[in-house]
Amino acid sequence: MKNDPDNKLLIKSGRLIDPVNGIDKVADVLVVGETVAKIGLVNEECENVIDAAGKIVMPGMIDIHVHFREPGNEEEETILSGSNAAVAGGFTSVVLMPNTNPTIDDQTSVEYAHRMARQARKTFIYVMGAITKGREGNQLAEMGLMADAGAVGFTDDGAGVQSASMMLIALKYAGMLDTVVSQHCQDNSLGSGGVMNAGYNSSVLGLPGIDPLAEEMMLWRDVQLVKKTKTRYHAQHISTAGSVKIIKEAKEMGLPVTCEVAPHHLLFTDDSISDYDTNYKVNPPVRTAEDIDALKQAVADGIVDALATDHAPHLKSEKDLEFLSAPFGIASLECALSLYIKALIEPGVIGWSELIRLMSAGPAGVIGVDKGRLNEGAMADITIVDPDAEYTIDVNSFKSKSTNCPYHGWKVKGKVQQTIVAGEIRYSV
Amino acid sequence: MGKKNKKFEWTRKHLLGLRDLTAEEIGFILDTAEGFEQVSTRSIKKAPTLRGRVVVNLFFEDSTRTRVSFGLAANRLSADVIDFSKTSSSVSKGETLLDTARNLEAMGIDIVVIRHCAGGAPKLLSKNINASVINAGDGFNEHPTQALLDVYTIRKERGSLKGLKIGIAGDIAHSRVARSDIWAMTKLGAEVTLIGPPTLMPGKVEELPVKVCYKLDDVIEELDVINMLRIQFERMGKAQFPSVREYSHFFGLTVERMKRAKDDIIVMHPGPINRGLEIESQVADGANSVILKQVSNGLAVRMAVLFLVNQAAMKRQKK
Repeated sequence: MKNDPDNKLLIKSGRLIDPVNGIDKVADVLVVGETVAKIGLVNEECENVIDAAGKIVMPGMIDIHVHFREPGNEEEETILSGSNAAVAGGFTSVVLMPNTNPTIDDQTSVEYAHRMARQARKTFIYVMGAITKGREGNQLAEMGLMADAGAVGFTDDGAGVQSASMMLIALKYAGMLDTVVSQHCQDNSLGSGGVMNAGYNSSVLGLPGIDPLAEEMMLWRDVQLVKKTKTRYHAQHISTAGSVKIIKEAKEMGLPVTCEVAPHHLLFTDDSISDYDTNYKVNPPVRTAEDIDALKQAVADGIVDALATDHAPHLKSEKDLEFLSAPFGIASLECALSLYIKALIEPGVIGWSELIRLMSAGPAGVIGVDKGRLNEGAMADITIVDPDAEYTIDVNSFKSKSTNCPYHGWKVKGKVQQTIVAGEIRYSV
Repeated sequence: MGKKNKKFEWTRKHLLGLRDLTAEEIGFILDTAEGFEQVSTRSIKKAPTLRGRVVVNLFFEDSTRTRVSFGLAANRLSADVIDFSKTSSSVSKGETLLDTARNLEAMGIDIVVIRHCAGGAPKLLSKNINASVINAGDGFNEHPTQALLDVYTIRKERGSLKGLKIGIAGDIAHSRVARSDIWAMTKLGAEVTLIGPPTLMPGKVEELPVKVCYKLDDVIEELDVINMLRIQFERMGKAQFPSVREYSHFFGLTVERMKRAKDDIIVMHPGPINRGLEIESQVADGANSVILKQVSNGLAVRMAVLFLVNQAAMKRQKK
């Protein structure tokens, strides 16, 4: 079946939005095998037809920040369950973070993830390997061998690389491989032990805070290192107004620096933790209204390169702990598009075309993968969305194994209708 | 009992903190406590109010005073009292807090008095079990019954807190007593000043309804009450001040400093005292000190709290 020229799929009369090619028009898309064969008016007879009238047809969405917990915590999520969640959320590609157990810090682990992804046969799965062995920050992991096995970048996500000299070595070495180095920016000498944003709420609740400076200081440091190495550098889930400023300045200097945001940093302030609800416990923590404004402005100004999720599944029993002890993380892969519609389109921060770019070509660019467009000859990764369909987010309907989702019960817009990966319908509503 | 608030009806099944309580509610607890204070002066120091009810003291942190005080309070109300102490954290023991509590609840407990090193632990319990939950101190969050006995003691000495200038000195950042005191005292009309070095102040302290002073000498003369918090070395992590000697020099309540204070200043301390550190022995044991009265009053206040949450829970059951 793979790339079978007899495998044809016709998507009729959808509103085709392809920001890379500057297209926003009603058109048909003919898929043959795993590629886009024709765009425009297609009169060809076809057995498989999707009537996409009134729907948006877009390049398949790409999430460059997910945690699928396999190997090590399969009770929370597996590559299979995560893949099912991904296509249900409209994602045709996702990038796995390496903070599994054991850590994805060698070639075999990268290959294992790819093998499980092939077996799942849902979404494309890319892997970021660890920068340092065991994500301990002490010794460089085998980045070259992992890159050979297909790793698209490196990160110690969950922790930042604390030592400046270690980070300098990583950036220099990654330069040879032409891969991106991603950082979860948090200086532990300031942020360690914290469980929420440092501010009025943490003071009143008596919970240790994570100062915005913990993120900003590491980000600033890294930008100085990138000045020296010129290696591609990506700041994960930036959460503060100060970080926006640092990224903006780095970009103005022409440095190869990119950044992503996550939905919760656009939708919640630390006021949401007034009740010690651990579903809001996430790292970096949700901040303040001023930070949300700055992040949204950064999206509007083109400073943000990718809208990610940081999908971080955890069991209810793990989240049902004291706020200090509960793990960080929010599961949001299946409702991410609707969350971004709520955060960015509904208040008029950006329009559909820009939203789609930031969820397809933008993230593809960060990891250096040629995806995120729908011209003829392109890989047929396509997401079809009903932009007006309203629904209620219900964790009980999640394909993900976990339900640690503070958006449960929200009424939102934008329902994924079909997710087409390499020419195959891998999800249909 | 309850003379000043005849029409008031207490409806809270839990006591988790004082931040969400109204001045009226706090006043009602204090009025109720006045009634219970007499029980301790009778020859038979027992009331039948909680007969047949089971109170569990669930203490995940070391405590002498609070645990004994709650135990005695429950005993005086004729409740059955179970002590459950576990100094290691629930997670490291392999059983979660909720599992522990649900197991206890399965045995038919009615009121959980919980002390825990994590802020919000009582809240977590209250959302997940049917029993009443009383916070006996959670992390740096609140210690409501301590603050209630503080304001009860002040009210007994002065009749009212309205307009009183109260200083709270010491490690505010790591103090649950300070947080509960701030809510209770300001709600009852006192003017609260926090005293200590900036490193022991909580973040965004300027947004709290208090004044801040970095020098005890600057305010000692105007205070009606001073509450000296214990320096909690076990909670501070990295030392937030250079040395004990330097701390005592600037923030210790010494005999010398007391000479500049008002003659009738009320000296308080939640205990246990670090003698010679935050407070000199002569001051702690001196005429202005109400430290032991605080402990006695704690009993009446805790009886009142047990009584009220139980009554609210019973009323709900009937509905």
